[in-house]
Amino acid sequence: MAFLEVEDLKVHFPIKGGIFGRTVGHVKAVDGVSFSLEKGKTYGLVGESGSGKTTTGRAIIGLNKITSGKVMFDGRDITGMKSKSDVRKDIQMIFQDPYSSLNAKKRVIDIVAEPLRNFEKLSKKEERIRVQELMELVGLSPESILKYPHEFSGGQRQRIGIARAIALKPKLIIADEPVSALDVSVQAQVLNFMQDIQEELDLTYLFIGHDLGVIKHMCDNIGIMYKGRYVEEGTTEEIFTNPQHIYTKRLVAAIPDIDPKKRQEQTQFRQEVKAEYEQSYNDYFDDEGLAYQLQPVSDTHLVALPEKG
Amino acid sequence: MSEKLLEVKNLKTSFRIKDDYYAAVDDVSLSVNKNEVLAIVGESGCGKSALAFSIMGLHNRAKIEGNILFKDQDIANLSISNLNKLRGKNMGMIFQDPLTALNPLMEIGDQIGEALLLHNKDLSKTKRKEKVIDLLNKVGIPRPEHVYEQFPHELSGGMRQRVVIATAIANEPELLIADEPTTALDVTIQSQILDLIKELKDDMDAGIILITHDLGVVAEMADRVAVMYAGQIVEIADVHTLFEKPLHPYTRSLFNSVPNTAQAKSKLHVIQGIVPSLQNLPREGCRFSARIPWIDASAHEEHPELHEVSSGHFVRCTCYKHFDFPEGSSKEEQHHGIS
Repeated sequence: MAFLEVEDLKVHFPIKGGIFGRTVGHVKAVDGVSFSLEKGKTYGLVGESGSGKTTTGRAIIGLNKITSGKVMFDGRDITGMKSKSDVRKDIQMIFQDPYSSLNAKKRVIDIVAEPLRNFEKLSKKEERIRVQELMELVGLSPESILKYPHEFSGGQRQRIGIARAIALKPKLIIADEPVSALDVSVQAQVLNFMQDIQEELDLTYLFIGHDLGVIKHMCDNIGIMYKGRYVEEGTTEEIFTNPQHIYTKRLVAAIPDIDPKKRQEQTQFRQEVKAEYEQSYNDYFDDEGLAYQLQPVSDTHLVALPEKG
Repeated sequence: MSEKLLEVKNLKTSFRIKDDYYAAVDDVSLSVNKNEVLAIVGESGCGKSALAFSIMGLHNRAKIEGNILFKDQDIANLSISNLNKLRGKNMGMIFQDPLTALNPLMEIGDQIGEALLLHNKDLSKTKRKEKVIDLLNKVGIPRPEHVYEQFPHELSGGMRQRVVIATAIANEPELLIADEPTTALDVTIQSQILDLIKELKDDMDAGIILITHDLGVVAEMADRVAVMYAGQIVEIADVHTLFEKPLHPYTRSLFNSVPNTAQAKSKLHVIQGIVPSLQNLPREGCRFSARIPWIDASAHEEHPELHEVSSGHFVRCTCYKHFDFPEGSSKEEQHHGIS
């Protein structure tokens, strides 16, 4: 049994319309997503904006209501769990924007201690010591716990967000574009740090992102989403060196190459992929422009293709 | 020798904080030729956007010193009415966030039409519409007649950015400044927009200043690259030289911190310390010295200058000669050995 198992997850949002605000339709943000995640590994969930990757992450932790499907965590069914159940301690989230995810009017100690106050009854003194330990763990000075978020740089803020996420010693962290808002040198800092604490605390990551360079760097396995469905899943190696679905091919081809000498080559390759995309679009997507069900290509590699025959 | 379009000489843009002026762009000199893409790279706060805004004359509260020569005319402290004759006509700007750059209450057609109208009062309404639809076609917007009557919120991010570009090129500017034009976009849309900018460059023979923090975008687009740190250019070279043989410690550190080039799961290079704020910028000596404390102080120049190490390749300060990454940090070879 995998550590985290998501089975046929669907999250549909109602569209309200008319004068009485009746539901006139649904946005199928996540439409039948299944994947599993091994302990201690990093799983990358990739897609463009609107693909449903963030909604998937939020549904797992319970921030979005699940329409149907099942989420199994560590052998327990956590679909629609109560907000203060124990499982909540084990799954934490790191948010995208370190500027809006920290309450500007709270001091760092109150921000980082909030999960502790919810789940553990600590005395003021114990709490302070725990927060100071956490600050040290994320590489910030323990004296700075009385400061406010605006007194920190972007990278430091994201580390405060991480300190809050690891305060309850979680087993799974859902990181929703944790470095998208950061500069490259700060990004490097946060990514290195996430790898360090993964080893130290035996963490499992669900890493949501759109930057394929970062995803390649961090993840063991990758799932590619498009319009609420999976188009391909495989190991990082498989996705980057042997993409099968035309959408994945196009995504990989679109990554700018860091070698200016390959410019010509890259442009040509991209044009080829674009032509292939236009030509074979109907082979890969159904009448509504959605992806088909996943079919196995190898033990670890799945591609959304129409059923044969 | 290609024709020089823009020349910036010793530009200094200072902002007033309380009672003092602090230079965000500090003694920057550069030039852009026709049909050339000059990329300006750096992290947030390095002054790259302030530089672009200064060239366009959009910082009307800032103190601007030095010369900005556009086709030999100094536009550094031109009056707004004179600037307005140039802006949108001879010089166009593409902004980072297409949603905030567009007026939410104005139809797409009118927004682009406005740019035309401002510089050609005699253009009839029907002619204008014709031209706008031409422009929408040019930037690859499907069903332009329909989009003409739509509002910005009805379009996707990529389409909005195309509208911003259409507005910027409405009067076929000779100089186009693109400030992080694809940062807000998805990677497949990004490659489409970059292709579009390349096409426009060749069509109109325009000079382009491309501001970005993405080294991949630079590698794909630029002819020459200027790297900025703390308000100054620390290195400038043609794109091949810069990517093959980056010299300044900051440029080399930047290359090493990008995950794209590193081997998966290896440690990325982290630049020590933080980017100093405008008020705390060291104004004397090498501005990058605080980020590479293991390099001996004697390696730096007292007044760091740009040195020409080979034709067209300039590096600031002498510290690059003595620079190496500390033991145990990720090695450079593995990143550059990918070709």
